[in-house]
Amino acid sequence: MSISLEEVRHVATLARLGISDERARMAAQELSSILEHMEVLSRVDTSDAGDGGIAQAGMILRPDVGPPITLVRPPADFAPMARDGFFLVPRLATHEDAEPAP
Amino acid sequence: MIDASGAGASLTSASAIVDAVAAGVQSPGRAIEQSFARARQVRAGADGLNAILWSDESAALHEAATVEERGAGQRAGGLAGVPVVIKDNIATLDTPTTCGSHILEHYRSPFEATVVRRLRDAGAVVVAKTNLDEFAMGSSTEYSAFGRTKHPLDPALVPGGSSGGSAAAVAAGIAPIGLGSETGGSVRQPAAFCGVVGVKPTYGRVSRFGLVAFASSLDQVGVFGATVDDAALALQTIAGRDTLDATTIDHAVGDYRKPVSSLRGLVIGRPREYFPEQLDPQIAEHCDRVLEHCRSLGATVKDVSLPNTNLAIPVYYIVAPAEASSNLARFDGVRYGLRLTGDGLRGMYEATRSSGFGPEVTRRILLGTYVLSAGYYDAYYAKAMQVRSLIARDFAAVFGSGVDVLFTPTTPTPAFPAGSKSDPYEMYLSDIFTVTANLAGIPAMSLPIGRVGGLPVGGQLLAPHFAEGTMFRVAQALERALGGDAHR
Repeated sequence: MSISLEEVRHVATLARLGISDERARMAAQELSSILEHMEVLSRVDTSDAGDGGIAQAGMILRPDVGPPITLVRPPADFAPMARDGFFLVPRLATHEDAEPAP
Repeated sequence: MIDASGAGASLTSASAIVDAVAAGVQSPGRAIEQSFARARQVRAGADGLNAILWSDESAALHEAATVEERGAGQRAGGLAGVPVVIKDNIATLDTPTTCGSHILEHYRSPFEATVVRRLRDAGAVVVAKTNLDEFAMGSSTEYSAFGRTKHPLDPALVPGGSSGGSAAAVAAGIAPIGLGSETGGSVRQPAAFCGVVGVKPTYGRVSRFGLVAFASSLDQVGVFGATVDDAALALQTIAGRDTLDATTIDHAVGDYRKPVSSLRGLVIGRPREYFPEQLDPQIAEHCDRVLEHCRSLGATVKDVSLPNTNLAIPVYYIVAPAEASSNLARFDGVRYGLRLTGDGLRGMYEATRSSGFGPEVTRRILLGTYVLSAGYYDAYYAKAMQVRSLIARDFAAVFGSGVDVLFTPTTPTPAFPAGSKSDPYEMYLSDIFTVTANLAGIPAMSLPIGRVGGLPVGGQLLAPHFAEGTMFRVAQALERALGGDAHR
């Protein structure tokens, strides 16, 4: 199994990781090498193994109960930026033309 | 037991401290002072072993004083005055919880893990947060953003990982009890390398509330002990249902410390796949001696087979990175931890994560994202989960055939030199005998069984779900039978 540079870049985008060209080239080699060892799984007969529990008929739910989680400090105290109970983040590219927040 | 009374003496048994405090011959603060003296003597911080990332002596002594104020006996708690070390991916209130990562370098947890709360309620005192491979991803504690931890017996060697800081601290006599976390062997492997006891409980046995998630279908909090009894004491203190963790199971916690003199009636399985021809012959010899002790103690030793064992590493290194890629998405610079600026929101995410995560974490996130991505999910992740169920079935079949406990080596080699495993997959193979228990969700532990070339070697016990009591019974009997041979 060989992973291309383009696939590494695509996966890095999905994972929200900015990686340099040099790191991407190295990652392509490393991941290809690691996945070669995983090829053994494709030869295993799993016809009577079920689905490994990943496709059950619906999510198993439990009652949404339990004690509240007590924080000694509010989230705004440890967030990088917060205001009025909200986390502040940089403007979305799709909203660059909007009026700045007051 | 405290083996000398002077400053810097090694702390070697929690039960001796508990007994001394209960008898009123020692204050709860005494062992805490000894712990800090010992840490200074062995240079446990960044200028030496680098096992400890954070400690606060005055806060620890203050905590010991509050234990003393509770009074003696039951009110003081079952671990009154016992120093404990905590892996730094387990949340401790208002103190650092870095996960060995720059992305959480300045994070202070506003809540405390249930396991830490239970230790403190029992009178234990947290003396240090310990080093680890970043986000518990590694087998050598070389991947910490804050530098590698060194082996207590030889600084050129690794202590194992990812809980290498806790293992080294317990082995160095800084604390008789430590907490670690297990995803693929991160307690048992360093325990074996450092010559201490390490336990991975049944999945669901111990609360993970406050344990920073790596791979949620595998993660468990585990314990280190200077002795089997210390590990038993620690585990029965933290085990049991927790309403803050829906994955804990309401299954009675037994007495893991029952004294035993015989293993009569027990069947010990020897799975042939864990004794390959290329196994270090001296490790094999130590294992043979342990099995001979099992027979002498009245147990029956039976050769068994777990035929899918060789598939465990490929399965693990698909499932664990896949889950990690999802769990670590939360570190995005929005709610806590590091934030770097970039081009807009996406640029902030990418700059923060790329700068905050180290190379192994980045590698696993990329791998995990790849095996979950469209076109590859069925070939890798779905297939790995199917094979995982075959591995679990292997154990169910062996335990269903009348085997009570399995015995294997914990690792294929003793501790290796730092920097000697540059190929990631070669490093992954360090976990070859331990990952199966995590994939199957069963309890397992490592205990010292001898030395090879002066370095500790561990023997591993594996038991059916929630059979920790039987596992400890065998471990205690073996520890007594081996005596000093376990450390030479």
